[in-house]
Amino acid sequence: MSNYSYIALIPLLPLASFILLGLWGRKYFKTSAGIIGTASLLASTLLSLYAAYSYFFVDGKINGAYGKVEVLKYTWLQFSPGLSIDMGFLLDPISIMMIVVVSFVSLMVHLFSIGYMKGEERFATYYSFLGLFTFSMLGLVLSTNIFQIYIFWELVGVSSYLLIGFYYDRPSAVAAAKKAFIVTRFADFGFLIGILILGFYGGTLDFGTLLQRLTSIQSSEFISITRASFLGVSMLTWGLLLVFMGGAGKSALFPLHIWLPDAMEGPTPVSALIHAATMVVAGVYLVARLFPLFAMDDAALQVVAYAGILSALLAAIIACTQTDIKRVLAYSTMSQIGFMMFALGVSGYGESKGLGYTASMFHLFTHAFFKSLLFLCAGSIIHLVHSNDMKNMGGLRKLMPVTHFGFLIACLAISGIPPFAGFFSKEGILMATYESNKFIFFIALFTSALTAFYMFRLYFSIFWNKEASTEKTHHGEGSLSMKVPLIILTACSILAGFVPFSKLITTDGIPLEEHMNLLFSIAPVGLALLAILLAANLYKKANTRPQKLSQSLGTLYIAAKRKFYIDEVYLFITQKVVFNLIGRPAAWIDRNIIDGSVNLLATVTGKTSQGIKGLQSGSVQNYALYFFSGIAALAVIFIYLWK
Amino acid sequence: MLNDFFILMKQELTIAVIIFILLFLKLGKDRSNETIMHVVNALLLFNVIFGFIGNSQGILFNEMYRTNPLMVLEKNILSLAMLIISMQSWSWLKTHKHVIEFYLLLLSTLLGMFFMISGGTLLMFYLGLELSTIPLAAAANFNLTKRQSSEAAMKLIISSAFSSGLLLFGISMIYGTTGTLVFSQLPQLLTNTPLQIFAFILLLAGFAFKISVAPFHLWTADVYEGAPVAVTSYLSVVSKGAVLFVFVSVLYTVFKPLATAWYNMLFILSLLTIITGNLFAIRQDNFKRFLAFSSIAQVGFILIGITGSSQTGSTSVIYFVLIYVFSNLAAFGVVSLVSALTGKEKISDYKSFYKTNPVLSWILTIALFSLAGVPPTAGFFGKFFLLLAGASKGNYLLITIASLNMIISFYYYLRIVKAIFMDPNEQPIAKITIPVFPRIALYACVIGVLFIGLFSYVYEYIHSLNSPF
Repeated sequence: MSNYSYIALIPLLPLASFILLGLWGRKYFKTSAGIIGTASLLASTLLSLYAAYSYFFVDGKINGAYGKVEVLKYTWLQFSPGLSIDMGFLLDPISIMMIVVVSFVSLMVHLFSIGYMKGEERFATYYSFLGLFTFSMLGLVLSTNIFQIYIFWELVGVSSYLLIGFYYDRPSAVAAAKKAFIVTRFADFGFLIGILILGFYGGTLDFGTLLQRLTSIQSSEFISITRASFLGVSMLTWGLLLVFMGGAGKSALFPLHIWLPDAMEGPTPVSALIHAATMVVAGVYLVARLFPLFAMDDAALQVVAYAGILSALLAAIIACTQTDIKRVLAYSTMSQIGFMMFALGVSGYGESKGLGYTASMFHLFTHAFFKSLLFLCAGSIIHLVHSNDMKNMGGLRKLMPVTHFGFLIACLAISGIPPFAGFFSKEGILMATYESNKFIFFIALFTSALTAFYMFRLYFSIFWNKEASTEKTHHGEGSLSMKVPLIILTACSILAGFVPFSKLITTDGIPLEEHMNLLFSIAPVGLALLAILLAANLYKKANTRPQKLSQSLGTLYIAAKRKFYIDEVYLFITQKVVFNLIGRPAAWIDRNIIDGSVNLLATVTGKTSQGIKGLQSGSVQNYALYFFSGIAALAVIFIYLWK
Repeated sequence: MLNDFFILMKQELTIAVIIFILLFLKLGKDRSNETIMHVVNALLLFNVIFGFIGNSQGILFNEMYRTNPLMVLEKNILSLAMLIISMQSWSWLKTHKHVIEFYLLLLSTLLGMFFMISGGTLLMFYLGLELSTIPLAAAANFNLTKRQSSEAAMKLIISSAFSSGLLLFGISMIYGTTGTLVFSQLPQLLTNTPLQIFAFILLLAGFAFKISVAPFHLWTADVYEGAPVAVTSYLSVVSKGAVLFVFVSVLYTVFKPLATAWYNMLFILSLLTIITGNLFAIRQDNFKRFLAFSSIAQVGFILIGITGSSQTGSTSVIYFVLIYVFSNLAAFGVVSLVSALTGKEKISDYKSFYKTNPVLSWILTIALFSLAGVPPTAGFFGKFFLLLAGASKGNYLLITIASLNMIISFYYYLRIVKAIFMDPNEQPIAKITIPVFPRIALYACVIGVLFIGLFSYVYEYIHSLNSPF
């Protein structure tokens, strides 16, 4: 086993960049901040790649299975002889995969931002925040115990708060940052209690020991946690569900997703980093990290599966009706995260039963590339057009060839068209789902067709539709630093699917033989192609009817008579039925019920607090009265009632 | 005997000596405020350092007085807090006419707290408590020209008198049922009779009054708002901390036979306190009042840790108080500077504070994050251990409500951070130059907030001092 101590540098380099730029950035590195940040990330990325190489291909395998390596582990706090908190870095297949993804995507975002954020007043601050975020995210995936992961988990929350609220002079950005922070905090409280439950029954916070103790049926810890129950549900299920709640908050699963679309207020490269590859997949990673434990508990897995599929479907439907390109991408992220989640939910543990797990991680991996590509493309489009609304776009394909090509590839990849990256991972997910839960499978199939539809709706609306107005051409596609990441990510979106994932990441570490079933792929690919054709038909040429129709019901009928009948059927199905019958209610529920309940909590708290203000009257006599009633109440309760 | 006396009581004696030195300073010729404050701060620094030298254990005066390494540590925490507060109030005291008196009052209360912590009988405890309360009321009146300040003092003295009366009533009933006041003999004689439980409730109310547990907290907001910032921070950190230390040790040792009863009482009181603190904190616009309610909510969390009733429980409480000293004093330090130099104490005055005072803004933000419990600030570790201790009794209802309240508290702490960084303001607070002493104090607090959590040694050390129960 080679020495992996250099792993420590991977998170520490971005931290160094944060400290350097945070403290002295504004004075000394006003213009060079981008280069410094990018250089530190480049070093991190290279180290991660080297670590991945030496782990996967040189010496990670012990007896044919990929094992865990713990680096620089030291006892941070000794509670009692049995219980201690050990800090360190944990290397296993998924954490290695994650550091590669996180550092790589972060590098691309750093590079892209040099051009995108140029001339920004707080350029150095921006880079220092990026450094902090990357540090926390890398720390999170490398954590060796559940306590450590929680610390980094919160740090990720704080740094994303800073990034989303970067344009602090915009009230909407501030509101969005606050919303993201509060909603994820709400989820984190579940996480914290989950940690306390698992830690209390497991007698340890260390992942390795915890999993080992709670997955062996004979161990006393396992017996005590399954025997103890609260409201008829065993403590194991409670613990796992509460931990999952934390994951669902960060990963924007329904119904805790409400912060994600609003969070698009941050600078676009930030969205690429936070909402494509890193923070939102933290929840998936958390479930994967504790997967052996989830696999012990069917109820918890079911919840994971259904929460996943529900989010996937709902987000896909909403995405069909949005016109802000970043919001479409946000909902699409939510939908894809749903895919990863339900893939975990339908998976089992060990050998071929764990296919869903492998596929989920694979999808996480490929999704990171094509989704960050999509966001960065969106960034350069917004940079050119100065608008987020796709109504203001159209015909951009000639103006921005690189972006156009990248966007097309990414759309193909996310739609699951072979041979692009998304195809392989999505096939894996569908296949695993098909084998364990047919109901979820059919919904997933439908959702994946919807994905193709809304992505190409976006694609055609941006790059085809109408002719580009010429006055927008005053500056081209952006500087070289903006193009290079796009090109690299495009290449990754084409090639990432060929990574032999099932040989590298499995539930038990033992490589699996991969077998593709071509016959199986016909249905999903065929449906995706159909959806793309449909989108092409509707959005390739300039056409104002979709909007008109969706807005006014009355004019629909007259308009429908004048045009091709078949066209109208498509329109009817997609715009009227999907938009009005499903999309609108979904958006309504989203806005009024989900948002409403969060607001309600705030209002009720506010009102109550105003109501009881009278208690604090300022008169000492009253205070004495309350004092005495307190004593009397306690005395009555404990002397007469309690016994 | 005499040797023991000097060694065991060294911390009390140091404070007494400092008090005498100050009295002599007063006798001599008029000295400038700055000279006096230099001398006082040097003496207080000496007190802190001297406190850390040597640990001793022993009993004096027929168990009236006892000490052990844990008590020494507790007193040192208080001395440290006293030093920080003294340095922070530099700007306010510089122009004040009665600097020496101010210190005399505060040091007397500190002496009282030391005796209270070391008290080995209920009588000694009571004497310490009174010594630590009455001079504080005078100190609360130290903004001599402000009407509000005298009102605060009046309210403090009247309500303390009320609570002391009930406390004494409780003590006398305990004496009546057991025939002793000595801590070491009480546990064998307490038998859960209704009268004893009633007596205990009276004692509990006395404690609850001092640490502002709802519904005994009502004086807190008015007094905090009216008193000078230095006194407010002293009340909320030192005074509260001292009573908490005693409270934990008394509950875990003396009143152990009544454990079931007080566990349930603390359960109710902690929920009540957290919820009350949070609900009131949301609406406040006066920064000191806001901090008063936020500190009430914090005490609620501490009570949860106490319900853990174990070595971990006691450790987590003392650990939390230590962290609370730093985070709360960092917040109060900034408020105190701003209040002394501009007279502004409203949260809405702090809008756009970042534009003019970036350093102070960051300090305040870090402090608020720590109070809210955001990792990796120390406040997070403090709260985490409190909840961990509370969870060890398996009471998840309590933990759930507490965690929910942590989210509510996030809302109001974040509201201030938002005001500082994001809200527009035509006339933000003017740029403040931080004098040397407050600067050192603030930096010390920030360092404490950022690093105490990360160095596990601190927690382990406190843990090792607590004997298992």
